[in-house]
Amino acid sequence: MSDQEREWPLFEVFIRARSGLEHKHVGSIHAVDARMAIEHARDVYTRRQEGVSIWVVPSSQIAASDPQDADALFEPAKDKVYRHPTFYAIPDEVKNL
Amino acid sequence: MYTQGLDSLGRDCLHQGAADTAALESHFQAKVDADDKIEPKDWMPDAYRQTLIRQISQHAHSEIVGMLPEGNWITRAPTLKRKAVLIAKVQDEGGHGMYLYSAAETLGISRDQMIGQLLSGAAKYSSIFNYPTPTWADVGAIGWLVDGAAIMNQIPICRCSYGPYARAMVRICREESFHQRQGFEIMLTLARGTPAQKAMAQASLDRWWWPSVMMFGPSDAQSKHTAQSMRWKIKRFTNDELRQKFVDVTVPQAKFLGLTVPDPALAWDEAAQHYRFGEIDWAEFHAVLKGNGPCNRERLEACRQAHEAGRWVREAALAYADKRRSSAASAA
Repeated sequence: MSDQEREWPLFEVFIRARSGLEHKHVGSIHAVDARMAIEHARDVYTRRQEGVSIWVVPSSQIAASDPQDADALFEPAKDKVYRHPTFYAIPDEVKNL
Repeated sequence: MYTQGLDSLGRDCLHQGAADTAALESHFQAKVDADDKIEPKDWMPDAYRQTLIRQISQHAHSEIVGMLPEGNWITRAPTLKRKAVLIAKVQDEGGHGMYLYSAAETLGISRDQMIGQLLSGAAKYSSIFNYPTPTWADVGAIGWLVDGAAIMNQIPICRCSYGPYARAMVRICREESFHQRQGFEIMLTLARGTPAQKAMAQASLDRWWWPSVMMFGPSDAQSKHTAQSMRWKIKRFTNDELRQKFVDVTVPQAKFLGLTVPDPALAWDEAAQHYRFGEIDWAEFHAVLKGNGPCNRERLEACRQAHEAGRWVREAALAYADKRRSSAASAA
């Protein structure tokens, strides 16, 4: 482009598909503010009744874990099998447990 | 999560020792081989990132330029129903462009950079959209053939190794099937209409057949990126494999319409269970790609004009948002 134009900020879009479900990330949208982001997200991401509710969050406001830290973050849960019901041996005769 | 600072992640890694890079690369390839997805913040080879940026942005540009040939018929659609359908379809194409730009931005390129590349002529888009749409039947042929070829190309990309691209493609493919069916229905209506209407449908098939067959890109022997893209699972089938599939499913549809595919060499090969087809005019393909198709200049001009005409709107919206923010701040 010939001259420097300020780019519209980026928002991440989350959509609740049906009442009772959680909002799920679907993509991003450029808009000057949150209100416009919701209107544009409606046009881009819900043309076929994909949602009943929209959240938008400035992309710059999202903090994410680093994939390289995945082991440090999630490894400790792996050796705690006693947190799952199948860890406990219960005789077959015992019902409703 | 998306865009900011992501490209620096890749570049930092380039400065690491060669041994570290080799380890990262083998970890990356192992993930791809295991059909695991690569996500924006994961380490990836710079060439993988650049290949995806090029492919996804070209794909996005194609959707945006693709609005022009059909948009040509919105004001002249033969019925109110056809007009409503065409508006919805053209809006979908714009939406597909948005999904794809959004996916490309996760790789560290900005929307403005991509639009800049399109408008300057530096970026390519699908050669098919440089052909004109002189009759209403072309709207049918585009939906049936061009969207049909696009679906053939795009379904395997739903399993692409790069997560955001794969997810965008799932969304797009779901919508494309409406496009193809509405196009076929237009062709069917014309083919069952008056002799003049049927002739219009045939003339349109004559115009769009070869450009659609060319949409799959250069032959495997000429395609320099295919091997690497298949190793990275950006691509799952070669250009010629997809082209063959397209011909195999489309020829019977043309027969159903009672129309003739404009290829005298077209013949069913019983042993191979495939249609054999004639030689593609690669000189035409390369000429269109280089900018010398029937409408290249017109398409780019329309994009530039739309961008320039919208500039004051983009600036005014930003200024208004700034004003609202500052008056809200001073009221507080």
